[in-house]
Amino acid sequence: MAVAEFDIPEMKDDIEIPKLREGVMSHIKSFPAPKSVQDFMGYPHELGEDWKERAIDKMGDLLGKYRSLKVFLDACVHCGACTDKCHYYLGTSDPKNMPVARQDLMRQVYRRYFTTAGKLFPKLVGAKDLTKEILDDWYSYYHQCSECRRCSVYCPYGIDTAEITMAGREILNHVGMGQKYSNEILGKVQKIGNNLGLPGPALIDTLEGLEEDIEADTGVPVKMPIDVKGAEVLLITPSADFFSEPHVESLIGYAKVFHAAGINWTLSTHAAEAGNFGLFNGNYETMRKVAMRIRDAALELGVKRIVVGECGHAWRVAYSFWNTLTGIGYGGNDPFSIELQKQLDPTYPQPQHICELTNDLIKSGRIKVDPSMNDDLIVTYHDSCNVARASRMGTEPGGQFTIPRELIKSVVNNFHNMADDTIYEATYCCGGGGGVLTDDLMEVRVKGALPRATALNNVVKEYQVNFMATICAICKAQFTKVLPKYGFDMSMVGGVHQLVSKAIKLD
Amino acid sequence: MPMVNIAGKEVEVDEEGYLVDLSQWNEDIAKYMAVEEKVDLTDSHWEVVNFLREYYAEYQIAPAVRVLTKAIGKKLGPEKGNNKYLYELFPYGPAKQACKIAGLPKPTGCI
Repeated sequence: MAVAEFDIPEMKDDIEIPKLREGVMSHIKSFPAPKSVQDFMGYPHELGEDWKERAIDKMGDLLGKYRSLKVFLDACVHCGACTDKCHYYLGTSDPKNMPVARQDLMRQVYRRYFTTAGKLFPKLVGAKDLTKEILDDWYSYYHQCSECRRCSVYCPYGIDTAEITMAGREILNHVGMGQKYSNEILGKVQKIGNNLGLPGPALIDTLEGLEEDIEADTGVPVKMPIDVKGAEVLLITPSADFFSEPHVESLIGYAKVFHAAGINWTLSTHAAEAGNFGLFNGNYETMRKVAMRIRDAALELGVKRIVVGECGHAWRVAYSFWNTLTGIGYGGNDPFSIELQKQLDPTYPQPQHICELTNDLIKSGRIKVDPSMNDDLIVTYHDSCNVARASRMGTEPGGQFTIPRELIKSVVNNFHNMADDTIYEATYCCGGGGGVLTDDLMEVRVKGALPRATALNNVVKEYQVNFMATICAICKAQFTKVLPKYGFDMSMVGGVHQLVSKAIKLD
Repeated sequence: MPMVNIAGKEVEVDEEGYLVDLSQWNEDIAKYMAVEEKVDLTDSHWEVVNFLREYYAEYQIAPAVRVLTKAIGKKLGPEKGNNKYLYELFPYGPAKQACKIAGLPKPTGCI
């Protein structure tokens, strides 16, 4: 693959703050979305003469809609707490990858056009006219942010750089500078039903093949049902689970859990995708359209429960936004929400994470496991950013950290956490989230994985860890691709349900 | 999109060198793509390329990795029906690199 050559950062004993190297990542330019892709999304595909007005208008529109954006742009006091918290800064040493600098790319323009001081005395307050150079900087550096929100944990004002990145990308789309990777995928999910673009017949063929594999492997006819009306559970999972290694191992794990527990479940060809890249682009309408497929499938199939597979940002959208986007979840009492709530079983969380479902089944004894089946593994767990910092799981605060670990520990005998400041809410992003998981951003991805690779290396050295489990399709794809650059074997990475799959008793 | 001349024929490719019009594919194009990818095409590579094309003709998508490994295992023997063997043939990843040589669109998503 024609990827430009670049230096792999040196992995040291500890995560170190690098010396600044200005502009070293300014050459990064993700492939622009072509006309066909932008047309479908309703965006222009090139800058028109009025691009500056369009950009400022859009910024004004977003500032009016999202109070958070205005607060984040106003509140920063440049205290510096965020500067060394971004994995992309730590891996690239480019100061524009410091969260405050990423925010300032937009803040300088915001001040010029939307604040009195910036209109009257721009130089005094660091306000700047929007220029093509600034727009190009946005395109480059807003695609060097995975919207992982680690910086927001350390900001005393709680400024969420992800919100600013999202707004930046939305403005870029409106002036005709869309990103090929995300926008092409948003087209596929809306036209075909999943991010990969797997048509129904291909999906059915793939699932039949997997059923054969499981039966050949275990002697038990575990099924992978699809489009079954009247099933109890609708499983929404990333389409990478059907397509890729190691993702498919977790899909097999989910199927075995449902089989062992005797739960009647189904997938859906219409909604064969948990991921929702609408989040990455900061466009509420797109995010809603993509999420509506799941509501439609749930109503069509008449299911009682909606369960979400191992996908990080999907779980954020499901847990935090489905309620208001699509009426799936608690509390909606408008006619739109009530229609679906009448159908869903109120004794279960709606939606429910697959880890919570499996963990409950093991704890209640409804399914049996033999952790010694994983005795060849010494396991650690990578908290995926969107699960860790933008959602929850179960009934207790922090359930998004404890439930996956409880589940892992029930199916493996050897488990060790990575260093405290690299897990839980302080987790480092895999380096590929938020629309960055594309070959044209490989340099960003490899360098951004440095902090996580360093933390992993330390548990490898100390405890001989040989498997890192995670619950996100992007994390799995990113790590299998970039960890070999740091000397790790790609088979070290896999899903939590990959471990469940090995330990579960099917008789 | 850039145009390249392959064995006397002008073909359009995208930024990463994937064929834009799949109907233009022929063996010369596969050989050209393989050189670009630094892959030395052997009979084993052709087995994979041909299977990809057959599968795509039926399903309009590249086969899932598991579908591909199983099909190759059936054709070339069980010891070759695994991901490791496919990575030996196509070091950058069978899904992306083999698709390019076979003239298929690049599979993208969370993969």
